[in-house]
Amino acid sequence: MMRAIVQILGLFALWLIMSGVYQPLIIIFGAISSILCVWIISRLGLVDDTAILQRFRLFAGLRYLFWLTVEIGKADWAVSKVILAKVMPKQQRLIGVAARQKSDIAKVVFANSITITPGTVTVETESDHLIVHALTDDAADMAGLEDMGARVCALEHPEKREAS
Amino acid sequence: MISVLVDILSWTSFIVGGFFLFVGSLGMVRLVDFWARLHAASIIDSAGVGLILLGMMLQGGVSLVTAKLALIVLFLFITGPTASHAVANAAFMSGSRPHDMVEDVTATVPPKPNKGKPNKGKPKKAKAASSAKSSNTAKASKTIRKKT
Repeated sequence: MMRAIVQILGLFALWLIMSGVYQPLIIIFGAISSILCVWIISRLGLVDDTAILQRFRLFAGLRYLFWLTVEIGKADWAVSKVILAKVMPKQQRLIGVAARQKSDIAKVVFANSITITPGTVTVETESDHLIVHALTDDAADMAGLEDMGARVCALEHPEKREAS
Repeated sequence: MISVLVDILSWTSFIVGGFFLFVGSLGMVRLVDFWARLHAASIIDSAGVGLILLGMMLQGGVSLVTAKLALIVLFLFITGPTASHAVANAAFMSGSRPHDMVEDVTATVPPKPNKGKPNKGKPKKAKAASSAKSSNTAKASKTIRKKT
């Protein structure tokens, strides 16, 4: 119940930001539609699984986001150099990367972080490892990918890891 | 003074973002095969769009527009990689492999039975599997109901 109320408030805040029209009628429409959405979601039985904030440490998450932005910037530059080089690379790889995250949502964060970093794309997800396609030797940096995985692991709450 | 500084910063990010958009599009044309082109698209997704929206946010100042742009960046950074992954996974499942690979962990794994083609031979089996799956999910939802 508590979680449903939090979700309603979150959706309503999203409505207020996106609409920008602050008349009573429109605001009431927003409230009604966010309540309706959460009601439908709860009938689908999906409310329980989306406790992202309870499973993640928020400030660690923000720090991770900052670190990831810097990594994306570096990788962007590296792949741009590959594209602008005279000789096209012939070093493509499919490599396996261990995914030690306990919860599904952390695995999703890890896989998406790999994909959004240029030079590496997550191709397939197995239960305990990901298959990653790397464009060049530099992108297939195993130590770097393991480091990213460890950082995502550190985002999870330690006491919740066994539970989920 | 500050407005000039903001203008300079936003124009810098517009120009750098435009450069990355151009390089990404060039890569889509130049690179050797589907798998390499995917990475060019990923440059456009991250650096190109990110920097151009950052420039717009600087122009917007502290306002509702900036909040909306920040939400756009957030949603794009979640959905962009998901879409790339969906495309890559579809290609992988249909048996496509990169052009000249130097390393392949999947080479030793036996190929999956359904290699992208609709398996005409055994429709019954697929149906049975899907119905079993749906009954499973039905059970799961029932148990969730009970819990709540």
